[in-house]
Amino acid sequence: MKNSIRVGVLVGSTALLGSLAHADQWSDQFPHIKNTGDIAGECSYDAMSKKDYSGQKLTINTHAVPVMGEPTALHAEQFSALTGAEVNVIHTPAGDLYSKAMVPFQAGQAPYDIVFGFSNFIRDWKQYLQPVPAKYVNMAQMQDVTQSHIDVNSWDGEMIQFPIDGDRHYLKYRRDVIDNPEYQAKYKAETGNELRIPQTWKEYAEMAAFFNGWDWDNDGELEYGSAEVMKKDDLMFAAFFSRSVAYSKNPRVKGGFFFDLETMEPLINGPGFVEALTDWVEATKYVPPGGINFGLGDEINSFGGGQTLFSFSWDDAFVKAMEDDSPIKNKVGAAPLPGATRVWNRDSGAWEQEFNQAPYIVWGWTAAVAKKSKNHDMAFDYLCFFANDANHQADIGIGRFGVNPFKKSDFVPEIYVERQGWDPEIAKQYADTLMEMEEGSTNRVFPLRVPGVFQFNSAVATGTSKALAGQLSPQEALDEVAAEWTKIVKRIGADTIREAYAIGVALEDAE
Amino acid sequence: MNFRHKYMFLLPGLLVLLGILIFPIGFTVRLSLSSWDSFYPGLDFIGIENYIRLFTDDLRFWEAFGRLSMLSLTTVFLQYVIGFSLALMVWKDIVFQRFFRVLFLIPMMTTPVIMTVIWRTFFHESLGPVNDFFNLFGMNPLWLSSEILAKFTVILVEVWQWTPFMFLLLLAGLLSLPKEPYLAASIDGAGPIRTFVYVTFPLMAPISIGAIIIRLIEASKIMDTVYVLTSGGPGTSTETSSFYIFIKGLREFQFGYSAALSLTYLIIMIISFTIIAKILVKLMVRGN
Repeated sequence: MKNSIRVGVLVGSTALLGSLAHADQWSDQFPHIKNTGDIAGECSYDAMSKKDYSGQKLTINTHAVPVMGEPTALHAEQFSALTGAEVNVIHTPAGDLYSKAMVPFQAGQAPYDIVFGFSNFIRDWKQYLQPVPAKYVNMAQMQDVTQSHIDVNSWDGEMIQFPIDGDRHYLKYRRDVIDNPEYQAKYKAETGNELRIPQTWKEYAEMAAFFNGWDWDNDGELEYGSAEVMKKDDLMFAAFFSRSVAYSKNPRVKGGFFFDLETMEPLINGPGFVEALTDWVEATKYVPPGGINFGLGDEINSFGGGQTLFSFSWDDAFVKAMEDDSPIKNKVGAAPLPGATRVWNRDSGAWEQEFNQAPYIVWGWTAAVAKKSKNHDMAFDYLCFFANDANHQADIGIGRFGVNPFKKSDFVPEIYVERQGWDPEIAKQYADTLMEMEEGSTNRVFPLRVPGVFQFNSAVATGTSKALAGQLSPQEALDEVAAEWTKIVKRIGADTIREAYAIGVALEDAE
Repeated sequence: MNFRHKYMFLLPGLLVLLGILIFPIGFTVRLSLSSWDSFYPGLDFIGIENYIRLFTDDLRFWEAFGRLSMLSLTTVFLQYVIGFSLALMVWKDIVFQRFFRVLFLIPMMTTPVIMTVIWRTFFHESLGPVNDFFNLFGMNPLWLSSEILAKFTVILVEVWQWTPFMFLLLLAGLLSLPKEPYLAASIDGAGPIRTFVYVTFPLMAPISIGAIIIRLIEASKIMDTVYVLTSGGPGTSTETSSFYIFIKGLREFQFGYSAALSLTYLIIMIISFTIIAKILVKLMVRGN
């Protein structure tokens, strides 16, 4: 995989860099792609302009504006102008994307030709979705997608969802603070420790607490330690798992991170998860006022707007910080999620006192075509157009769009330097961090992709939010989550869930 | 007229009633006896398993119900007091009477979800203008993140939004009161407070009870304010029954179970409102 990605990167980067600043008739008409012009391919602007979908209507259910909702609407408008199709875009809050598609799916109706959602919906949705036809799977545009994201969008080897986004959680930090000699000396003097990119969650907490509640960038406003997604039900479960992987994903223990694959007993209330939740409760002291109620949008605006020292989640906050109008452009850095100085071994029932770190591959946004849609060709063409090289290169440079790298050619620092004016060192650090997660680590964690995934995630959100609010201790909260998970497993069936969970575990356990 | 002809005339209305009321309730009853969820879509039959789960293994629902009772009783009480005060204020001839009557109705005419988003922005702890003001005095209240203050914020938004409804009903009641009791009270030398206590309030009792019951029914369905403002948090401190049912039904996709929750909730509400109405009649009308 390593070599294939490197070859892909080389080919992709050559092609992409070759197209730099090539304004053409399409970029005149569609300024969104002004940096690259149209890039040749099966679903390019030029190719789409040769299609005629006049008189046909495409209905898309997508997320609210701006994250994913804005690019969906923008590309719908472009697609409509190119092909003559009438495209109706419906925007839905993140929490309702699943049910808004699932209700008509189960009722046998097809109000939407295309549904956007999170890729971990795949197990519940797959029987209602049209598999991606071979001509799209085999096209050059798809060959550029990393294997991880081909896997993400496939079930049992069949591509069900169309890759439009790539997601993983990583650390974002303020370089102008962490690399500042004056602050390094001050931090050393007051704590006795080095100010550096935090290697562990304990270091993260100590630094965040140190830089909390004072104006360390001299802009006349208070800054804080960390911005995190803590709002109940607003993807907070993913933030919790990001904090848990270092303590709980032991590379020497196979057979499941969330459950013991053999017994299907939940592991969510094990000491590693409890340690992570204890850290997270502590974090409520160094987030901005009201940070316990921050959703993803708040986190993006908070870190991206220069309010905090650290953040960890998807790319969006980083990309927002690096936009041209950002006050902190070229003052931020990317790094892997912090690790821990000890990791729980559930086989031996003891802590292992050694450094551990594990990437959390949060699979993120995806889109698919409804099986009952009468417009399969047009729907797949739209998705293919959405993710064509020109659109993709423009989209990943706009933080609020929520479109993040998932193609081999995305991991080339030069494209960020040339097209988006990033500092070369930051661009390299960013590309290296992402690339390392794609191909470097063998200790990765993938999210749950099992039947009833929403019930499991909802239980985590409820339990952890009770701990953050101080209603329960971390152990009590996670015991409650584990009890709820056990009931869900019993209701749906241990064998049914094991069968689906085994697919994810196989990816995690692969060397 | 033949007796059967009467049924013929009633039939269209009955069919509409069946379609829009009886069928959904019947279907919900049937749904509540099934395990329909994201993985097993369909009306299988599991007996009263969902109800057993609700009564033996779902403390969260009952906690949410307790919270709902507190929130709805508090908001409706405040709406009644403030609404009555405002109605009394513009009942008599005052300067700009028409202006004030329209002004007091504006919150009710706005879209609840949009207004709640605006309130959420106001109360945003680090970016909102409310805390900008409090920061001047060195304070930074956690309007949405503290268990107690989050409840207060929900109550505040609900009171702001729906007091005009109470105001409207009570003003209509005041305008329809007969003049004779006031003339008699005036002849007897009663001042404004005694007139209110012994004339206005008793005469307004029937319409007050109606207004309170209507608002209680609406307040017990509180959902959009909680959804937008706090998502039921922090923790579960603002989670109400309707929001919990929404989570189980449309977030976790447990249709069968959420149907059982809805029916149980409906029955509890019918019984509660019947008792509350009787108590209010006893206190406000017979007590008179």
